[in-house]
Amino acid sequence: MFHLSPDEWTAVELSLRVSIVATAFALPFGIAIGWLLARKDFWGKTLLDGIIYLPLVLPPVVTGYLLLISFGRRGPIGAFLDDYFGLVFSFRWTGAALACGVMGFPLMVRPIRLALEAIDRRLEDAAATLGANRLRVFLTVTLPLALPGIIAGAVMAFARALGEFGATITFVSNIPGETQTISAAIYTLLQIPGGEALAIRLVLIAIALSLAALIVSEWFARRAGMRFQGE
Amino acid sequence: MNVLAVDVEKKLGGFELSARFEAAGGVTALFGPSGSGKTTIVSMIAGLLKPDRGSIALNGTKLFDAAEGINLPPHQRHIGYVFQEGRLFPHLNVQQNIDYGRRMSGHPRDPKEFARVVAMLDVGHLLDRRPRLLSGGERQRVAIGRALLMRPRLLLLDEPLASLDAGHKREILPYLIRLRDEARVPMVYVSHTAAEVRRIATQVVCIEAGRVIAADGVELIKNADFDALE
Repeated sequence: MFHLSPDEWTAVELSLRVSIVATAFALPFGIAIGWLLARKDFWGKTLLDGIIYLPLVLPPVVTGYLLLISFGRRGPIGAFLDDYFGLVFSFRWTGAALACGVMGFPLMVRPIRLALEAIDRRLEDAAATLGANRLRVFLTVTLPLALPGIIAGAVMAFARALGEFGATITFVSNIPGETQTISAAIYTLLQIPGGEALAIRLVLIAIALSLAALIVSEWFARRAGMRFQGE
Repeated sequence: MNVLAVDVEKKLGGFELSARFEAAGGVTALFGPSGSGKTTIVSMIAGLLKPDRGSIALNGTKLFDAAEGINLPPHQRHIGYVFQEGRLFPHLNVQQNIDYGRRMSGHPRDPKEFARVVAMLDVGHLLDRRPRLLSGGERQRVAIGRALLMRPRLLLLDEPLASLDAGHKREILPYLIRLRDEARVPMVYVSHTAAEVRRIATQVVCIEAGRVIAADGVELIKNADFDALE
């Protein structure tokens, strides 16, 4: 049953690659935006907050379409990135990663922001009096204390990326070997008469991957939490 | 020569603080009732709070001067601060907490000095523990060690006994006296307890409602009237 065909392997490998790349690239932005929202007051904060949460409430097709017209080859951002950095998103797996990153971003930012808001800032003051400059305070106190939230945010985004379908298929289509992730492959199989039998294996893999992500995140969160409780 | 010269004004809501005093080496107590502005003053010395006007100088170096636009950030002041509630880092064990100030201040590892401070404060058996598992008294001892290993030019102790019960107060006081006699770091000791101040201070600055009302030797509060503050 678990002898996957090369096509299925490709879909699984692609899904994992897209999700990992999406999460890894989104994480620094997620921490930066979470920190901005938690710590700073600035003009347009409510607007920024709203824009970040937009992918959560918009139909994924709309998000995908917006990505297509801005990051597509003839879109303003897409054309710029292509011209100056040779970076192409449309109909490439990188585009799938971008779509997944955008879709998972609100789920990533929220726990990070909450974790940063929960930190006792007097500890940061204490670190400053002990000789740590602002960057080192952030790296040695703020970041480690926010770690459970950061892990939770990364896992949420990763899980969202694994399951992403609507925005991805709208933005980069459904090309086997390039943009056909597990979700898209299942969808394709279900369009073929008698494809269900083949789809079921990918369905089981999707369940296994999601469960594994949850278990790993639980483990990390517990470890991170334990550090504050004592050995 | 005076080690510390403070002349600051600060408005916080309806509270107006205007304090001027000088401190020699040894232990200078900032003595006064709760809410008189003692913690505000030490926060300004540490650089955690910016005065509206005035100046603060340590060993002749200006840390803050409103007129000249000088305001050194806390990490460049080299002033150790022991807070009322310890403020140990929950994600680090005792050893890492004690070593934090040394690491951040860029001093090389010095096992001898580390051992000396650990022995003086009697925390050798706690080094592997997380702060959460420590008693209040143990936490304060670790906080003092952490501030000492950064080799401060001045040590600020803000009611280090306030959060402790009577038994733990008696436990910590001898360490503080040892600190005064062995460490040779000038200290500013905030307290509203006359008995405590009499035991540890070498000079006293009395604060009331944001003003310095008297400053002199410890005999200033020999008078039993001050015990009423407690």
